[in-house]
Amino acid sequence: MPVLTVREALQQALHEAMADERTFIIGEDIGHYGSTYGVTAGFLEKYGPERIRDAPIAEAGILGLAVGAAMAGMRPIAEIMSVNFSLLAFDMIINHAAKIYSMFGGKFSVPLVMRTTNGWTQLSATHSQSFDSMFAHIPGLKVVAPATPADMKGMFRAAMADPDPVIFIEHTLMYGIKGEVPEGDYIVPIGQSVLAREGRHITVVTYSRMVHLSLQAADILAKEGIEVEIVDLRTLRPLDMSVALESFKKTNRAVVVTEDWQSYGTSAEIATRLYEHGFDYLDAPIQRVNFREVPMPYAKNLEQQVVVTTERIVAAIKKVLNRS
Amino acid sequence: MQKRRGATQAEASAASSLRSTMTSTPFSRARDHLGDAQLVELYRQMMLIRRFEEKCQEMYTRAKIGGFLHLYVGEEATGVGAISNLQPQDHIFTHYRDHGHAIARGLNIDELMAELFGKDTGTSHGMGGSMHFADVTKNFWGGYAIVGSHLLLADGVALACKMQKTNGVVMVFFGDGATNGGEFYESLNFAQLWKLPVVFVCENNLYAMGTPIEVHSSVKEIYRKASAFDMKAMRIDGNDVLTVREQVAEAVEYARSGQGPVLVEAMTYRFRGHSAQDTQKYRSKEDVEQHRSNDPVLIFRKELIEAGVSSVADIDALDAVIDEQVEASVRFADESPVPGNEWLTDSGIYAAPLATATVDPDLV
Repeated sequence: MPVLTVREALQQALHEAMADERTFIIGEDIGHYGSTYGVTAGFLEKYGPERIRDAPIAEAGILGLAVGAAMAGMRPIAEIMSVNFSLLAFDMIINHAAKIYSMFGGKFSVPLVMRTTNGWTQLSATHSQSFDSMFAHIPGLKVVAPATPADMKGMFRAAMADPDPVIFIEHTLMYGIKGEVPEGDYIVPIGQSVLAREGRHITVVTYSRMVHLSLQAADILAKEGIEVEIVDLRTLRPLDMSVALESFKKTNRAVVVTEDWQSYGTSAEIATRLYEHGFDYLDAPIQRVNFREVPMPYAKNLEQQVVVTTERIVAAIKKVLNRS
Repeated sequence: MQKRRGATQAEASAASSLRSTMTSTPFSRARDHLGDAQLVELYRQMMLIRRFEEKCQEMYTRAKIGGFLHLYVGEEATGVGAISNLQPQDHIFTHYRDHGHAIARGLNIDELMAELFGKDTGTSHGMGGSMHFADVTKNFWGGYAIVGSHLLLADGVALACKMQKTNGVVMVFFGDGATNGGEFYESLNFAQLWKLPVVFVCENNLYAMGTPIEVHSSVKEIYRKASAFDMKAMRIDGNDVLTVREQVAEAVEYARSGQGPVLVEAMTYRFRGHSAQDTQKYRSKEDVEQHRSNDPVLIFRKELIEAGVSSVADIDALDAVIDEQVEASVRFADESPVPGNEWLTDSGIYAAPLATATVDPDLV
């Protein structure tokens, strides 16, 4: 299988999507600027300004126009450059994209894909957040956050084929990550989690970039004879806990790793579901690894203490194992 | 009509025909152009809206209708006149005060009343209520309850019309209170920037809910806000159905011709409170009474009779038919079944529910 970066896999997925003439992309700096993270580089030249729509810096408008166009038979891709900017479009996402199907009695739907990115690199408080749990909280949305190039491409295809609004969460620190990508047409369904690594001592439940850090932690611990099983959720809504619960019933211990704040974050939902459905198998309290709960500082030494690191994941796993 | 830089050919010809008919009125021109039957049809729509909503108020006090009930009473001429210019391939978006626009677009009043009663036979299966009437078969995309938000959706449908080359126009209704928020400005900018076929119809009823326009808007003439975007705009008498029809026709043709959007400010007045619970402390009874003496429905009725378009007997008979239709809608709504619990599962929330349920089946 060819090895591609996340960026290249997404580019292939977007080119595939553009084969449908109903599809257009609307977002900031996707065309003339050449794309902030390079994903749509060259698209304007190939598809023209009618279908690669450089939008004003007006996030509500980007989402609003995409929602309307989707209702009227188009298959738009709305790009929100950074998830931090999506706050300006939350009315469109939550009150409109997510509600229109049920609020109007199922008479029409919103086949929209919103691409956006989490991420941080000394960008300070307003440019370093994750709102995964805020999207995943909303009935009517489907929310995906793949980790590998293969899943990026396969899940993007699933998202484009879906008649409901899909929030497609990427990560600025993942575009260069490489992995094998199957050739030809394939779909990775929304709502199905998967094992990223097998092991028998402890289960790590995670998604997106944290899968890669968890894999690094597992490599470190393997040298100490600790076998870590890693579950990649891939989709946050609907949340498929079947693989995680099966693993948990085998290992009886779990760490949940998510790159957002702990209180009311995605890890709270994941851990709760483990407790609710796996209580009888529990040998130790579940440990969570997340952002420290502060607005992200600019200073590098402080930022490093806020974000999730491999070392923190290793420490959490050891803590759970030592308690049982 | 606001002054514009350079008239198009169509505008010049309209102006010339206006000069040649200096003595004519919107009424006489419409009668010549439309014929008597169409004038009576406009009246029928206005009176149907009026009677339907009076019945809504009654059903609300009898607790057959719940939630919020925002009545359009007093503003009928704007919706009916504007929508009468639309073709089947055209689209409508509106706000939460949406009964009038839905009826003017020809939505079935049985289904509308059923929606208000929260019944399965409602336009939205009882999922939306008063603020969310819709009928996709008529390109009536719904009433929206977040002020100003739907202007952007209207732009989106207009973009689809343009990309699909349907020749369709999108008409979007909103109030004066919607013109201060960011979504209004974003929608005007996008529409003008991309020359989208949108007719923005601001129903200026002088109040943003209960806040007078002098208190809520730095610019009192809403149409002037379009000048920031070099957008064509006009301010019209929204209480005269034929004036509305005539002026908005020009806006619709302008948008359809690909020249871009138009902002229409229709001056009107809401006779009832913002919603059924409104005690109207923000305006005097005298003000309301004065506006009520210029009731657009009754004035048009009188005009039709005085011009000999319709006899008193005929128009009384038409009113009686309307009353019976409204009564029938109540019977239909009353006798209809309530929506099933499937609306509380993924199949009610998603067009394509997935194998993994988002709604916890074990929920106690």
